[in-house]
Amino acid sequence: MRAPAGNTMEAGDLLLAVDNVSLAFGGVRALRDVSFDISKGEIRAIIGPNGAGKTSMLNVVNGFYQPQQGSITFKGATRAKMRPFEAARGGIARTFQNVALFKGMTVLDNIMAGRTLKMHRGFFWQLLRHGPALAEEVEHRRRVEDIIDFLQIPHIRKIPVGKLPYGLQKRVELGRALAMEPDLLLLDEPMAGMNLEEKEDMSRFIVDVNNHYGTTIALIEHDMGVVMDLSDRIVVLDHGIKIADGTPSEVQNDQAVIEAYLGVAH
Amino acid sequence: MLGPILETLIGGLLTGVLYSLVALGFVLIFKASGVFNFAQGAMVLFAALALARLSEVMPFVLALALSALIMVALAYAIEFLVLRRLVNQEGIILFMATLGITYFLDGFGQSLWGSDIYKIRLGLPQNPIFILESVFPGGLLIDPAELVAAVICAVMVAVLAVFFQVTRVGRALRAVADDHQAAQSVGIPLNHIWLMVWAVSGIVALVAGMIWGAKLGVQFSISLVALKALPVLILGGFTSIPGAVVGGLIIGAGEKLAEVLLAPVLIRWFDLAGGGIENWFAYVLALVFLLVRPQGLFGERIIERI
Repeated sequence: MRAPAGNTMEAGDLLLAVDNVSLAFGGVRALRDVSFDISKGEIRAIIGPNGAGKTSMLNVVNGFYQPQQGSITFKGATRAKMRPFEAARGGIARTFQNVALFKGMTVLDNIMAGRTLKMHRGFFWQLLRHGPALAEEVEHRRRVEDIIDFLQIPHIRKIPVGKLPYGLQKRVELGRALAMEPDLLLLDEPMAGMNLEEKEDMSRFIVDVNNHYGTTIALIEHDMGVVMDLSDRIVVLDHGIKIADGTPSEVQNDQAVIEAYLGVAH
Repeated sequence: MLGPILETLIGGLLTGVLYSLVALGFVLIFKASGVFNFAQGAMVLFAALALARLSEVMPFVLALALSALIMVALAYAIEFLVLRRLVNQEGIILFMATLGITYFLDGFGQSLWGSDIYKIRLGLPQNPIFILESVFPGGLLIDPAELVAAVICAVMVAVLAVFFQVTRVGRALRAVADDHQAAQSVGIPLNHIWLMVWAVSGIVALVAGMIWGAKLGVQFSISLVALKALPVLILGGFTSIPGAVVGGLIIGAGEKLAEVLLAPVLIRWFDLAGGGIENWFAYVLALVFLLVRPQGLFGERIIERI
């Protein structure tokens, strides 16, 4: 399923490096001394059993959580602390485990919301320029229509997303993230709760995004078949600790991974 | 008969503009956070107290500017000390937080500025104006103070409506209200948005407090006037700025007309006392409206896929 074109960049520049990150909520240690990196252009999967710290890891990367220890280097800049909108500004987009869309707004408006940062530089300055801002709106609208076509959802563009079935909502959420034209796209269980056909569609979109737009993708997914097919490299977490890191075949044959998933007799 | 009714209608509409202004403060915060800000009334009182006491020791314009600054500072404090820590929490938790802010502000305002009744002197004209004297015998009486107040409110409402409806800030506000996390993930700075709407709501509270204070004197009861904004919101829709305007006008005119038209009926036909209609009419109207159109006149459709 994996098209080879995007793979040539595997040894490309380092896009993101997570170094010795630890995160705790009170006594619960969600992440312990985790390090891994993401190269430009690859599809990187984060897997692990429930409660392994996968979503916490994504939340650290896009600034929802501040790790107590460790650092994150994104596009060459190491940062101590970052807020979510700063991550978005830096080129990190994401989707959520439990679809976080603007339910009262139409598909079109939801995806337009993804263009927020692309509209001039300042958010408040737009108020003052109505003429040019209008032309700009038209340009953004064109980009958004491209994304809508790409995701094959033109027939639902005017429908409030709250009315759509779950599978389509997930697709709209992907569309909103794409509208940000991100350097790094974080997908938190993009196929959760989908049937086989919807999963195949979503897999295809993820591969296409990676190929056509050259977007680097980090995803969390439970469906092992999908993960092994899609990913260039996989990092495995268990109880907040990194237990393996490598290509799909390396990870598949790793003893620690097998034990974490199947349980081990003590 | 038509003359007095028209007179009542005009008086009601002028009061209604004031209701609109108070309701507007609620709408702004509701739009930006999905939270009903119970503290809006307390903010009106707090702003009015600040203005009344400051204008005792300095020129009015200076006192007004300083009060505006105080309201912005208050917004900043609320954002920094309370809201920022409650990002991504349930709406009910934010609502409880505004309850806390309400009682703090009610008390703290009095700690700072005392609890007597204070006057705000706007220097508005006192002599009533009569219009359309050729049409109606004696003409129609209009209180110029109310007229000026209504004009101030109307300008305020218009400016805010343009600011939030016509610009893209509107879309960002709706996004934030719908889902904090998602809004942050597309790069909308949640804290800035909250700071902005609370500051604007604070200014709106100041204007409302100034006008109510000039009418009734600055006292604890003006924080209760804010509760009149509730039926206005139900009528107009919690998320709609035009709704707040139209809702305010309907409630203002409706309750005054009901007082004049309904009271004689109750007294003559049912032998009742017939007073106090102004106190409950707005709420009954709102209740009926809730049954018929729960999202209000201009509110967004309530959509929930089950």
